[in-house]
Order: sequence, then C-alpha cells, then structure tokens
Amino acid sequence: MNLLKDFGRRLFERVEGGFDLAFPAEWNPFRQLGALGWFFYWIVAASGIYLYIFFDTGLTRAYESIEWIMNNQWYVGQVMRSLHRYASDALVVVVVLHLLREFSLDRMRGTRWFAWFTGIPLLWFLYACGISGYWLVWDVLAQYIAIATTEWLDTLPIFGEPTAANFVNSAALSGRFFSLMVFIHIAVPLIMLFLMWVHIQRYARPRMNPPRGLAAGTLAALVVLSLVFPAVSQAPANLDTVPAVIGFDWFYLAIYPLLDVVPGGQLWLGLAIGTVILAVLPWAPPLQKLATAEVDLDNCNGCGRCAEDCPFEAIIMGPRTDGAAYDTEAVVNASNCVSCGICAGACPTSTPHRRATDLMPGIQLPGYPIAELRDRTRATGQALSGDDRVMVFGCEQSRDLAKLSAPGVGVVVLPCVGMLPPSFIDWVLARDLADGVLVSGCARGDCYQRLGGNWTRQRVARQRDPYLRARVPDERVGLCWTPSGDRAGRQATLDALRSGLATAPQLKRRAERTRPAEATGG
Amino acid sequence: MASWKYLLQSVLYAAFIALIGYFSVAPAYRHAHPELAVIKLAFSHAAERLEPCRKLTPEELAQLAPNMRRPMECERERLPLLVELEIDGELVFRAEEPPTGLWQDGAATIYQKFQVQPGSHELVARLRDGRDTVGFDYEQAASVELAAGQNFVIGFRAAAGGFKFQ
Repeated sequence: MNLLKDFGRRLFERVEGGFDLAFPAEWNPFRQLGALGWFFYWIVAASGIYLYIFFDTGLTRAYESIEWIMNNQWYVGQVMRSLHRYASDALVVVVVLHLLREFSLDRMRGTRWFAWFTGIPLLWFLYACGISGYWLVWDVLAQYIAIATTEWLDTLPIFGEPTAANFVNSAALSGRFFSLMVFIHIAVPLIMLFLMWVHIQRYARPRMNPPRGLAAGTLAALVVLSLVFPAVSQAPANLDTVPAVIGFDWFYLAIYPLLDVVPGGQLWLGLAIGTVILAVLPWAPPLQKLATAEVDLDNCNGCGRCAEDCPFEAIIMGPRTDGAAYDTEAVVNASNCVSCGICAGACPTSTPHRRATDLMPGIQLPGYPIAELRDRTRATGQALSGDDRVMVFGCEQSRDLAKLSAPGVGVVVLPCVGMLPPSFIDWVLARDLADGVLVSGCARGDCYQRLGGNWTRQRVARQRDPYLRARVPDERVGLCWTPSGDRAGRQATLDALRSGLATAPQLKRRAERTRPAEATGG
Repeated sequence: MASWKYLLQSVLYAAFIALIGYFSVAPAYRHAHPELAVIKLAFSHAAERLEPCRKLTPEELAQLAPNMRRPMECERERLPLLVELEIDGELVFRAEEPPTGLWQDGAATIYQKFQVQPGSHELVARLRDGRDTVGFDYEQAASVELAAGQNFVIGFRAAAGGFKFQ
C-alpha cells in the first residue's frame, strides 16, 4: 500500500511540477481538484436548468426538443447543451484525480476518513446522474444505455419483471419509464449536492471555489470547446433496430463494454467489492497520530484564536468550567483533531519569551509541547556556526528536510508550520541563535494540514493574530512554499536568504526603538 | 505573470478540452455486429398453479366466517415455464424458467437475445405452462425475413393466442 502511495505521490509531484511552470502555485489545477469539482457541478446545474426550460419530457418529443434547442438557438442553446455535457465529463475527470491524489498523498486516514468515506457514495451518484442524463436525449446512445442498463439491472434479484422488457421494441415502449428517468436525473443531482455538503462537513473553511483566474480560464476553455466542437445528438432511437456502433462517452460509460464479456451479476459484485475496498482504505492501516491537542485552563483565556485557526473544526469555544473570570474556554473534539499543532501556533501564550519555569500554553500537543519546541530550537541554534546562520522551521511533510542541515543551518521539524508561533522567529533572532529564520511549508494551496501555510503567511506578514513582532526585519525571515519533493527549491530559497543576511538590518532592540538618538550617538 | 506563462496555460487548457472533447464521443464502441440481426425472445407469463384449485366442501365452507367464504381453494405456487426456440431447425434455446416472487406465485420471465445473419429464417417457439409433462401448450412457427441491424421480437400473450412475432 505504501509503495502504491509513494508511486502516486511522486507521479503527482512530477505532473504538478510541470503545471507549476504555467500556473501560479495556488492556481495549479491539481491543488484545486475539489474546488474544481464544485465549480463543474454548478456549471452542469446552471446549464441543466436552462436546458430543462426547453426540454420536452415526453418520450416522443424529447429528441425533437433537444434538436430544436441546438438548431434554433445555437448561440445559447448549443453552448448550454455542450457545457452541460463537457462540464459533466470534466467533473468525472477531477473527481477521479481528486480521489487518486488524496489517496497518494495519504489524506484519507485519521480524521479525514469522514470526507473520504462520504465521497465514495458520491461516485455512484455521479455516474447515476451522467447515465440518466444520456438516457434523456433518446438517441441511439440513449437506446443502447437504456437496454444495457436495464438488462444489467435485471441481473439483480430485485425486479419482479425484467425492466429490459420496456425496451424490447417500439410497441413495448412506455413514456412512464422515461418520466422516471427524468425524475431520477433531477433528484439524483440534488441528493448529490446534499452529499457534497456532508463530504466537507468536518473541514473549516472548505475550499468550494477555485481561484477566480483558474475558474475563468476553465470556463473559457469549456466555452471554446462548446463552440468549436458542440455536443450533438446521435441518430434518433429506434427500438426496431439494434444499436451496433455507437459514439461513446468513455468518462461515464467505460464500464459498459465489460457487460459484453462479463456477466452482469459478476460486474455488480466486482463494483460492490471495489466500493467496499475503497471505503475501508482509511483504516488500512489506521493512522498512528500524535496525541490530540490538550487545553490547559490555567493558561487559556478563552480568546478563541485556536478555534478560529483549526482547519478541522476540532476546537469549539465552550462555557468556562473552572470558575475563572473568562466567558469561554477552548474544548477539543479529539475525534476531529489531526494533531497538527496549528492551535498551539495560534495561542498567544505559546511564547518562548516567557520566563515561567514551565512553558505551558493554553493549548498544545502533549506529544510535542511548545516547551520541547523551544528546547529543540535552542539546542539547534547553539550548535550553529558561521556568519549566516539560519534556523529552518519545516513541515514534516517536506521530504528530505533534514538534508538542509549544515554547519550554519539547523532544522527543526514540525507537524505543520502552522504550529510555529511567530514569537519563535523573534526569539531565535533576539537570542542570537541564528542570523535568519526560514519557514518551509507545503506548496501554496496544498498545505497537508489545509490551512497551516495560509495562517503562517498571514502571521508573518503581520496580518493575522498572533502577529510577528514589528521589530523583526523582513530581510531575516524567509518563507519557502514548495512541494514535498522539491528539495532543490528549498535549498535555493535557503541559499538566497543566507546570501542576503550579511547586509540585512539587525533586530531592533527595545533600547534602539525607544532611544534612537542615544543608540546612534552611542 | 510572464506572457509565456499565459501561453503555456493556453496549451494546457487546450490539451484539457481536447481530452474532454475527444473521449466524450470517441472512439466509437461496437456493441453489436452491424451486419447481423437480433432475435429477442422476451415475455412474462404466469404458468398454471402447481396444484389445481379445489372446490370447498359445504362442511369446509361452514367452518369459515361468512365473509371469508369462497367457492375455490387455490395454492399460490405456480409451475415453471418450459420454453423452446428453434431457428432454422436448430434448437437454440430451451429453459425451464421458475415463477418469480417469494411465494413462487408470480409470472416467469424470459429475456434472451440471439444474433443471426440477415435473410430468411424459420422460427418455431414452444411453451409449456400446464401440468402435462409431455408436449407443449403453445407452439407457433413463422417464416421471417430479417434485415441487417433489425431487432425482431418474439413475445407471448396467452390472451392473444400465444406467441407474437414482430
């Protein structure tokens, strides 16, 4: 399993690296697959609503009504019909890639099981939507789908009479079955929408919209395709003939040719087994994670920053239970916690400057307490030598991060860079443990812990609480956002930071800021 | 953003829509041989009951509540259908199809497809739905002329006299 994941991870990294050449990191479509899925869903929904206005749901008029849309309002109808099909196909592409990528990057175990598990039935609904949609056109492809699907369904012991009997010839054809398909094609997408909503329930700030530039580019591409190569119907269905050679939508119908070589019952069994295997992957094997975050009420003032920053909604602010003079306290839902430590990074009490004997913040990971982070940082810094010493705080998802180590470079690994309180950067420079600090996390838009990179960027830019202190010169702080395997990118950022340290301004001490005249007059 | 990046993006978008556009209709799938015709044997029919209905005796009727009295007592379970199809003198299908339903009291269903060359064919369909163990209750023959790609259906309706070739 790990070999498979590793292979997939390296493959995605390579492909995404290629896309990074063309797209800004946050626009990289591979880092926006879920959001693109939502985007395509809305395109399909909007174009579908438009088509339904003109679509005649009667069996004998359906084909004609679609032809009318195509021929009499090409400027809108043709584009809408084509967008409806192509966005549906694109949805399959991004959903499959999304599934493969989340598997390869091991983003389905632990707390993330919920999103993975609820995503599996979505696959079935997605295919039900697409297949029922093709049925409604009632052309030769629809005829094939109607017959093949009902014959396949009849291999299940659930129908008293064979449903395929409805399509044996023109005389047997009934509009009632067709009406059922219209109903299914409307109801299933609505159920799917509900499931999509459930799918993202355990994520704070789920990404449901791709960046505007990527959305605009994707939509424009689909419109161009719709104009240049509009989706058209095939010959009208005729049940008195056999559909022999059919233009095929392989995104939705790839499984159908198997029905000509594998008994339908066996295919159902195979799909059922495949679905179960997919569904249990999050527990194969279960994720061994650090102990979940714990709150220390003596140091929690109920400020709510941890709850605000938690990417998995694992922290809520509950009523105070210890009688302290604060309204609320942080409460950790252990089943949602991924032990990323972002809450500790957000806590204003996680400061290494504290003189208390025990550095105990309001919230932290028991398996990697902030006091231990301070001890590691101090030990790492004291071992550095040279004039351009750099302390690297890096995400454990970055492969070969330790290889950045050198006599003048020390590496401290974190579960997520979001765990790093900005005060540590100030502290490292103030204590002269290093001349510069490099924070190295996942690629933009692809943080393994979802929001750690975002929050760190904002904290260091002094846009988000807790802020990096103003006295820290920007020239001494480097930020590096690279894919896990991009060791060269990290090394280049590190080298660039080190080369600028000799001329970078010094940290402003309190005395310098309050008595500039004295200091300069020295 | 550098202009060459926009160019590269355009190339990737073009590749994406080419992928979507092509595989949404191609390559065509050959589901059946276009030069062949298909004969479908497809129908549902309820065979006779496994045990014949029996008239209740006056004593049995008297034991029933007045509103529950009925002249005949019938078991639910039905016999299987025995169906045969010959094409040009060759027996291509013979099956004993059980009745559907949890109580085996529903109609038995037949749904079979046979690919044949276009042209003239002699068809003979037979069905047994009674308790006789020899012979058939229905037998019907037809000479048909089939075109390439034609879908020819052999149905069955007892009320209409038996097999229906269409």
